[in-house]
This record gives sequence, structure tokens and C-alpha cells, in this order.
Amino acid sequence: MRSGGRTGTVPPPGPTVGASMVVIDQITKNFGRAGTAALSSCSLDVPVNEILCVIGPSGCGKTTLLRIVDGLIPADEGRVLINGTEVTAPRPDVAMVFQHFGLLPWKTVQDNVAYGLRVQGRAEREIADAVPRYVDLIGLRGFERSYPYQLSGGMQQRVGLARALAVNPMVLLMDEPFGSLDAQTRELMQEELLRVWRSQPKTMLFVTHSIGEAVILGDRVALMTRRPGRVKEIIEVGMSRPRDPETVRRSARYLELREHIWHQLKVEVLEGDGS
Amino acid sequence: MSVAAQRGRAAGRREGAAGLSPTAIRVLSVMVGVLAWEAYGRVLHSVLFTYPSAVVRAAYELIAAGELQFYLKSSVVVLSLGLVLAIVLGIPLGVLMGRRAVIEHAVDPYVNALYATPLVAVIPVIVVWLGFQTKAKVVLVFLFCIFPILINTYQGVKNTDARLVEVARSFCSKEWRLWRDLILPSSAPFILAGIRLAIGRGLIGMVVAEFYTTITGLGYMIVQYANTFRMDRLFVPVVVLMMMGVALTGALRYLERRIAPWLYVAREE
Ligand SMILES: Nc1ncnc2c1ncn2[C@@H]1O[C@H](COP(=O)(O)OP(=O)(O)OP(=O)(O)O)[C@@H](O)[C@H]1O
Ligand SMILES: [Mg+2]
Repeated sequence: MRSGGRTGTVPPPGPTVGASMVVIDQITKNFGRAGTAALSSCSLDVPVNEILCVIGPSGCGKTTLLRIVDGLIPADEGRVLINGTEVTAPRPDVAMVFQHFGLLPWKTVQDNVAYGLRVQGRAEREIADAVPRYVDLIGLRGFERSYPYQLSGGMQQRVGLARALAVNPMVLLMDEPFGSLDAQTRELMQEELLRVWRSQPKTMLFVTHSIGEAVILGDRVALMTRRPGRVKEIIEVGMSRPRDPETVRRSARYLELREHIWHQLKVEVLEGDGS
Repeated sequence: MSVAAQRGRAAGRREGAAGLSPTAIRVLSVMVGVLAWEAYGRVLHSVLFTYPSAVVRAAYELIAAGELQFYLKSSVVVLSLGLVLAIVLGIPLGVLMGRRAVIEHAVDPYVNALYATPLVAVIPVIVVWLGFQTKAKVVLVFLFCIFPILINTYQGVKNTDARLVEVARSFCSKEWRLWRDLILPSSAPFILAGIRLAIGRGLIGMVVAEFYTTITGLGYMIVQYANTFRMDRLFVPVVVLMMMGVALTGALRYLERRIAPWLYVAREE
């Protein structure tokens, strides 16, 4: 970028800390002719490099929301801004970890991890350097040449995570990325994710069903109503970083937040049953 | 335990009541069939019938005279040109039909109409337009071959997991990369099955075209020797055609396993 020779304000080279990276503005989405309402006037604002965890009853529109933010499907109403520009199509600086993993069955683990990099035309040198690092990070060394059908569900899910991390996106959209992992692997992956975030900070929208996970990872937690989804409440976690998940789990604040979120979720689910 | 012993045990599990492996049963069955034919033919001793040893002798004569190779070559040229043309045009057109609604709707009336037409009926038209030479026969084989390839490719593309297409879009894949990374691998089994069907239809198209044009090829040999009641010689091109069919579809099965291992390994374990 040229140094400020011109008059007026020079646009910042990267995202400004404190500004909004993702703005979700009054999104409404209905599916099909029958008009299944998935989202109704859903708004969220994610500052640069924040980890925002999204939690809500099953079927409340979390996946739909991420797909709209990623530019995969259009919203019926409202708009999404990423780094100030409106989203109309998928962008290379936004990557998604899919709830259904979405691995290519005919590619090996290493080729699946390299997929995003290849598609985006990165240099082979960079790919050769990045792939083993991310394979290591997800603990799949030795499985580089395995095909997805030779892996367990949890291993496949981690490949999907590595694929998204490998492109080093500015915004990461994660749809229950640890949903298929056992408790121990899940905790390890949470730590790895926080480590990645420390060395390469990025803005994350992290959908999870685990209240504990939301509190451990998130700067804030967005609680969604049952379908059609809206943001019901935003909870400030208010714990400093770097965080040690172990310490967090033992803090009083953690228990208090869990209790609160659990109660709010129960209200949503129970009211949903009644209607 | 030795590999041989393990294999023996594995085979043992599939043993039938007679205590034979499937391969042994197949070989025995063919041997019995061929011997029965031979015995019946020798007893009947008719000019209108023939038997395996006479066919083998005739084959030897035809090979020694160079006649079989000559006609076979002309047939193989026609079949492979027609088939390759059908593959080269059929697969991209099938993918385009599967990916672009405009092309799908523009092309599918023609495809449906021509696929439903008994193509044998258009042979005279093609001959009138293109003559009796290789060109007309290649076009006929092409017409016989292209529809199963085109239609199967289209089906395969339509069957591609929409969620994976979404993954590709999410990573901003260009359309041509999407074909390479996703559409073609995922429809490969459909395409290969289409090619297998096409080989069968192509062989029929080739022989019928040669019947009609009667200038050269295995079909011409058949007509020629049928007209002169040389039944032993007549069976030589028939057997060659059978072997071509079996060899080509076998090669394709092998290719299927090589190209789409993820489909087979999963099934095996
Ligand atoms: N492609 C679609 N066509 C029709 N309806 C859809 C489609 N995708 C989602 N829906 C509906 O929209 C609603 C929200 O779905 P979504 O997948 O976003 O929920 P979710 O919050 O991700 O649920 P879960 O936590 O179970 O993953 C559901 O009621 C679902 O039936
Ligand atoms: Mg979901």
C-alpha cells in the first residue's frame, strides 16, 4: 500500500481492531413453497478477531445462518457485510467447516486438506509446507494417504477442520466442528484451535451444542431462539485471553454462565414443545 | 500360515455341494458344452451345421490366408473410431447437460427421441448420405454408442452430492475445477457403466452396418460365408466378436476398479 501521499484518509491495509468484521443485518430466510421459516430478522455483529459462539435448539437455523454468511445461499431479506462489503457469493477469505464434514471421498486425507489451497491456486511450495502442519495439528499423522472411508467419523471431522484452517482465512465459519469427537479429543482440539487463533488471529463464528465449549472458546455467546431463529441474548463471557481451558472449567464464572445459558436454552426448547 | 493355505481356506468357504470352486464349475460347464456341441455336430454330419473343431480348423485357414486379420482390422478401426468419438463428445455434453439447465432442456428432446428410435432404421439414410465406406460405419457406431454414454454421464452429474458442490463453491472453486475435482470422479461409475453399455451397442451397430454395406469387416465375412453355406468359416467372425465383447467389457471392469477404488474397497471390508 502506498504511504499517505494522497489527501484524505488512506484505507487501512487490513481490518481495524475493534471494527466489525461480520455484520449480519436483519436476515430472514424461508425454505420452499411451504415457507418453512428458518430465520426471522436475525442480527449479529462480530468484531474483528472475536470468537463468537452460537448456541441454540436443534433446527433453529444455525446452519442456514452460516450458509448465508458464506454466500452459499441468498437471504430473503436483510444483508451480510464482511469487512465492510456485502456478501453476494462465497469469498476466498472466508472458510467454512461443515457439519456434514463434506470430504471428497476420492481424495486422500492430504489431498482433502490441500483442497482449498489447490482450488485457490496457491503455490505447490506453500501447499507442501502447509499440509503436513495441519495434518499434525489435527493429530492424523500417519493417515495422510488414507481415504475418508478408512477414517472414523471424528477423524473425518478433523480433516474438514484442517481443510478450512489451511487456507488461513480471515473469517472462519464453524458448524459444530467438534460434534463427532469424544470428550478428550474435543478438549485437545479446543486447545489447538485457541493456539491457532493466538498465532493467526481470525474472526470466528462457532456453532456448537456444547454450552461448556461455547464458554471456553467464545468472547461472547449468542443464544438463538427456536425456529424461526433470532438472536435471543448475547452473553459476554468476560474471561481474559490467553485462556487455559482447564482453569476456565474450574472458575466460578464458568459455572455461573453454564447455569444461565442452560436455563435459557431449556426455556426455548420447552416452549417449542408446547406450540 | 502360508498364503496358499489361506487362499485354500477362503476358497473352501465358497465350496458348493460338489466341493468345487466357482471357477472350476465355470470351466467344467464350458467344457461340457463345447464337447456336447462337438459330439452332436459330428453325429449329425450336415453341411448346414458345424462343430468346434471344424471352426478351429477354419479359423486357422483364415488366419493363415490373412483374411481374418484383414477384416478384423477394418472392424476394429470402425468400432474404436466410433466409440472414441462417442466418449469424447458424449462425456462433456453429458456434463454440460447436467450442469446447465438451458443446455439440458435444449438437448433432451433430441436425446430422448434418438435414444428411443431403433437406430437400425436410420442405416439406409446414413448410407445414402455418407456412402459405403468407413465414414458411414463410424457414424453409425457413434450413433449407437453416444446415447448410453451421454445419458449415463448426465445421470451421474445429476447424482453428484449437492452438499459437496456446496463445499466446492464455499472454497470458490472455478467451474472447470469443479468438473475435475467433483463432477467427474463422482459420476465416474455412471460414465464407465455407460461406456460398457456403449460397447455392446457399438458391436451391434458395427456388425449391422457391415451387413448392410457388405464391403469389408467381420459382418461382411458373416454375410459372405452364410451365402455360401460355409458354416465353419461363418462361426470364426462370430467367435471373434464374442471374444471382443467379453475382452472389452472385462477391461472396462478392471478400469472401473482402478479409477474408482473408493467404491470397491469400502464394499470389500
Ligand atoms: N435446504 C432446505 N430446504 C428446506 N428446509 C430447510 C433446508 N435447510 C434447512 N431447512 C429447515 O430450516 C430449519 C433450520 O435448519 P438448520 O439446518 O439451519 O438448523 P440447525 O440450527 O443447523 O440445526 P442443527 O443444530 O440440528 O444442525 C429446519 O427446520 C430445516 O427443516
Ligand atoms: Mg446445523
